[in-house]
Amino acid sequence: MEMRKAYAEVMSELMTEDRHVVILDADLAKASGTRNLYESFPNQMFDCGVAEQNMASIAAGLASYGFKPYIESFTPFATRRICDQVAISIAYAKNNVKIVGTDPGISAELNGATHMSMEDIGVMRSIPGMVIFEPVDEVQLRAALPVINDYNGVVYIRLFRKERPQVFEESYKFDLFKADLLKEGKDLSIFVSGLQTAEVLEAAKNELLAEGIDAEVINIHTIKPIDRETVTASARKTGAVLTVENHNVIGGLHSAVLEALEAEKIPALAVGIQDRFGEVGKLPYLTKALGLTKENVIETAKKAVSLK
Amino acid sequence: MNTDLKEVCKDIRCGILTAIGHLGVGHIGGCLSIVEYLAVLYFDEMNIDPENPRMQGRDRFVCSKGHAGPAVYATLAERGYFPKEDLLTLNQGGTHLPSHCDMNLTTGIDMTAGSLGQGISCAVGAALGSKIENDGATVYAIVGDGESQEGQVWEAAMFAASKKLDNLIVATDYNKLQIDGTVEEVNGIAPLDKKWEAFGWNVINVENGNDVYQVKAAVDKAKSNRGSGKPTMIILNTKKGCGVKWIEDLGTGNHNTNVTEEQAAAAIAEIRGN
Repeated sequence: MEMRKAYAEVMSELMTEDRHVVILDADLAKASGTRNLYESFPNQMFDCGVAEQNMASIAAGLASYGFKPYIESFTPFATRRICDQVAISIAYAKNNVKIVGTDPGISAELNGATHMSMEDIGVMRSIPGMVIFEPVDEVQLRAALPVINDYNGVVYIRLFRKERPQVFEESYKFDLFKADLLKEGKDLSIFVSGLQTAEVLEAAKNELLAEGIDAEVINIHTIKPIDRETVTASARKTGAVLTVENHNVIGGLHSAVLEALEAEKIPALAVGIQDRFGEVGKLPYLTKALGLTKENVIETAKKAVSLK
Repeated sequence: MNTDLKEVCKDIRCGILTAIGHLGVGHIGGCLSIVEYLAVLYFDEMNIDPENPRMQGRDRFVCSKGHAGPAVYATLAERGYFPKEDLLTLNQGGTHLPSHCDMNLTTGIDMTAGSLGQGISCAVGAALGSKIENDGATVYAIVGDGESQEGQVWEAAMFAASKKLDNLIVATDYNKLQIDGTVEEVNGIAPLDKKWEAFGWNVINVENGNDVYQVKAAVDKAKSNRGSGKPTMIILNTKKGCGVKWIEDLGTGNHNTNVTEEQAAAAIAEIRGN
């Protein structure tokens, strides 16, 4: 199932359970997968039109009135465009608003550079108190949303909209503040979020093992606050680190991991977007053009191990 | 509670001067210009309870021009939300009375504001929340005229009319001055009434927004618009720095200016008519 469909299904359940859960859109309800919920929840779904900053502050006003608003837009418009409204109306004012950004990084595909957020995690990460969550697959998303809904604080959900290969088993138990160990290993710690997780896991189980590298793979679904304990323990054990992310290597997962390892002397390399804007294309093209390929993961992993 | 609104206005003005004079500097002009509106709301119109500041279904007020915090604090203190002595802590480290309104620091403040343009959207959100809850509350707000240069103000205006939020009453502090010059010199907003009308709002022009009875009549009229399906804009033609001659005379210079304790004391005497 598409991630947005799973998202809409869970939101429908949450809105049924609690009439104070409301969703606000900025003319992208169809894209977010929630347009069909408008009929069933006329007092819980509001389209603000193409006015994201107004949407963010209205959500803050609703939260001050005891509601639990979710605001939806594409990642760049849910973050960099409304950074000040998120910072002041929502985060500083401690208004319990959830921010759902769809089409992170290169997944904006044919919408191209203007709609591609290479910096959204960096923008949001530097806002005090912000929690940042990026799901890997439908199982993790379904497990996470009720937990996030119960969390009293601002959470940014970085949501891939289309189908994702399943990584987690149905029995998966989600902890918002605990990273998930996907594969144990002793030679290298790979920390990965979102888009490339399945592929990185596959590389670790096959190609890297064949190269003699037994890599540990850990999914950092919550980039802020990062699970420092898990990151540090794994890095100390393996002695080398690789981060893989669909985001600028500045300000995102790589930065968060380096900050967690600030007191360690452990080599850490990055596969991510090298401080550049996006462009139009389909995922396979963009993955290659922006250096996010499995081949690059394997090569960089080998380099990281050689630095030990 | 004092019900003589003219006396209440004097008390609030003296509270503002005491707070800013003790500190030595502040947004005095835009505080003094909105005193009558605050007096009418907090001492006459709003369904509030200082003993129960978070009362369910209470009316709310959002000071979107958040830098007028000291005016709201003077009003809240006068109304009994906290001791008047607290006004002397304005902007001191660790105070619960910061320059700009903060809902998490100050008892009685309904919304954090300071980054201009956002407060009115928050008020729209609260008005929408009240409609959903059907609790009969009225949400009040005030925006600055300079603030009305923010695009977000007009996004909020459009949405409030579209959603028929007739429980929302917003005023504009139309004192026609901002930091860099007159509003019309810097980036003109006239004709303000026609703009709000075009956005689908009821508009009430108050010739003298510093005449407390004119302001009261306007708020009464705005409340009677409930059922019209339209939010209401009250345009308060005010004087920045109103009530203290030398501050009024500073013109654009009175937005954020030095006020000594001696000047404050003299101004208080002027207001009290001594």
